[in-house]
Amino acid sequence: MTRYALRRLVLLPVLLFVFSVAVFAIVQAPPGDFLTSYMATLASSGSSVTAEQFEALRRDYGLDQPLHVQYWKWMANVLQGNLGLSLEYQRPNTELIGERLVLTVILAVFSFAFTWLVAIPIGIYSATHQRSVVDYVITVLNYVGVATPNFMLALILMWVAYAYLGIGVTGLFSPEFVDAPWSLARVLNLLAHIWLPAVVLGVAGTARLTRVMRANLLDELNKPYVVTARAKGLTEWRLVLRYPVRLALNPLVSTIGWYLPALFSGSLIVATVMNIPNIGPLLLRALVNQDMYLAGSILLIYCFLAIIGTLISDVLLAWLDPRIRMEN
Amino acid sequence: MDEAARQPERRGALAADVVDVAAPPSAAEERVSLASNWTLVWWRFRRHRLAMASAVVLLGLYAVVLCPDFFSTQDPEFTEARLAFIPVQRPRILEGVGWSPWVPAVVGKRNPTTLRMEWQVDPAQKVRVRLFVRGYPYRILGLFPWSLHLLGASDGSTTGRVHLLGTDRLGRDQWSRLMHGTQTSMTIGLVAVTLSVVLGVLLGGVSGYIGGLPDLVIQRLIELLQSLPTIPIWLALTAALPRDWTPIRVFFAITVILSLVGWTTLAREVRSRFLSLREEDFVLAADLAGCSRARIIVRHMVPTFLSHIIATSTLAIPAMIINETSLSFLGLGIRPPAISWGVLLQEAQNIQTLALAPWLLIPGLVVILSVLAFNLVGDGLRDAADPYSH
Repeated sequence: MTRYALRRLVLLPVLLFVFSVAVFAIVQAPPGDFLTSYMATLASSGSSVTAEQFEALRRDYGLDQPLHVQYWKWMANVLQGNLGLSLEYQRPNTELIGERLVLTVILAVFSFAFTWLVAIPIGIYSATHQRSVVDYVITVLNYVGVATPNFMLALILMWVAYAYLGIGVTGLFSPEFVDAPWSLARVLNLLAHIWLPAVVLGVAGTARLTRVMRANLLDELNKPYVVTARAKGLTEWRLVLRYPVRLALNPLVSTIGWYLPALFSGSLIVATVMNIPNIGPLLLRALVNQDMYLAGSILLIYCFLAIIGTLISDVLLAWLDPRIRMEN
Repeated sequence: MDEAARQPERRGALAADVVDVAAPPSAAEERVSLASNWTLVWWRFRRHRLAMASAVVLLGLYAVVLCPDFFSTQDPEFTEARLAFIPVQRPRILEGVGWSPWVPAVVGKRNPTTLRMEWQVDPAQKVRVRLFVRGYPYRILGLFPWSLHLLGASDGSTTGRVHLLGTDRLGRDQWSRLMHGTQTSMTIGLVAVTLSVVLGVLLGGVSGYIGGLPDLVIQRLIELLQSLPTIPIWLALTAALPRDWTPIRVFFAITVILSLVGWTTLAREVRSRFLSLREEDFVLAADLAGCSRARIIVRHMVPTFLSHIIATSTLAIPAMIINETSLSFLGLGIRPPAISWGVLLQEAQNIQTLALAPWLLIPGLVVILSVLAFNLVGDGLRDAADPYSH
């Protein structure tokens, strides 16, 4: 078990290295760099910069050096935990990303918890009451849930809340807590706000998971051991929860591998629409303004989160299923 | 599944057994035993009523894709700031003037405090609507000049304006823009999935049939691509597209970006099919009979799982559509002046605007409808393609 987890951990730096090269290539790819777009902004606001000043700025930012030198400088800094300076905000990237990263993870974890807490019981009910009215309603809701893009759901909810209830449901904090230091009151305020985006983010996944749970459980419910247990007089719900549900849950664990990373990166869209201060909107801005070190750092963090998500599911699966442990 | 191609023969054999011991087969049995695999799939699919209804919806949407201008009532680029935010004029049939359909007219009034033009629907004034009217000129498939439109105001005057889905902040007719958006978004889904299927079958086939080093390389590549955080990487890639590219080039670049990850799931599936089929007797028989590798793959192996691939790729289209819509909505996918569902929904980004003009959300409902239809058709196809589902 430990060896299995360790082997996966060894792969992590290799993957991160490959991704860092890819990420650097992508953020480098747009024609021009941060300074050219910055100059364009300056020019449109009426001020102009001489060619010498421009060159001096390029030297200061290290933008005049060849690509591989820029990459190594960036990487060397990242390895020391220094994500560089945001060209646009003129502040260290670590500082910009810090709290937003925490909020990204918290939002994904909440969404994840919501998904499992809702999908499993509904899936069980749907399977044990196959072809009942409730089962049909759940099936229809599942189809619609999968078909609704995240941002569409967010838009509809925000519109209904604004137009009919007269409240804004954007953001994660009440105004007085936005810039406040962390305290118990701020955490409570966060909890009061985070559930809505977490639900919006989790709806599609919940619908999908409910369907998987229902199908898995239906497969198990027809097996002879269930009949045996029933013949021996076990009460129905104890029987279902004790044997088939446990078996039906096993394949679900492997969905964590794609679901957690999908939540991390999917939160980008929901966060942008609902104005949530996580790393998603920051990345969007950085990409548009060609703030390449900030964009690169955030992309690298997304890659890291994705790998961690997969790692968690691999380890969980190996822990649950001895066959996988032995195979490796 | 791998039995799919041989199933008709087997059924034939079964029917022959029955003949020996009992009465001669009825006409219906005869029909089943003689039907090809595709006919059987079609019969099973036809029984799925929801899937059939969804297929009709998709056919309608693709009719729009072929010629959006015919279905439009107005040039989608026509702007008139004075005509901004005209509400939805719901067409009515059989209410009042005999058989002919009509829409209530809109009346503009200047709000005395905000000085903004505000439009109200007035059901007392009727604008007669006719089918197949002459309107703005366009070209069918970009080739043949034409000016016939499905719907339009019968008198063609400016007072009789028809905005089936209202107008946006620049006074552009939303119905007409929706038709053109449908063309872009539905095509992107189809093209991106086609690209994924080609890549997936090719690389998955190589990986599964040849094995060895190519297999190893392709499998690692798939793992690498699948562990990428898709949405952020897509955003970064689309942000890297030069601003001065033509809409057509951006369109193709985005389909390529979307299918970059899409092919991996399919390749895995194809690979596992090839691995299991390689050991089958009929492949060995074809090999001994002197068939070339290419012939074995194309004539003998691919047909056994083709129906399954079709079902899987139908289920992959909605994801592509949602992704394109989301990217465009964030401003990094299809960019105006090109029109797609995502571009249309950008108009609905501002909540204050949305409260004023809720009809701007309608393109989103069309997204949901089309994704729903694709999912239902895909599920129906998957069930129909599985010979063991009875």
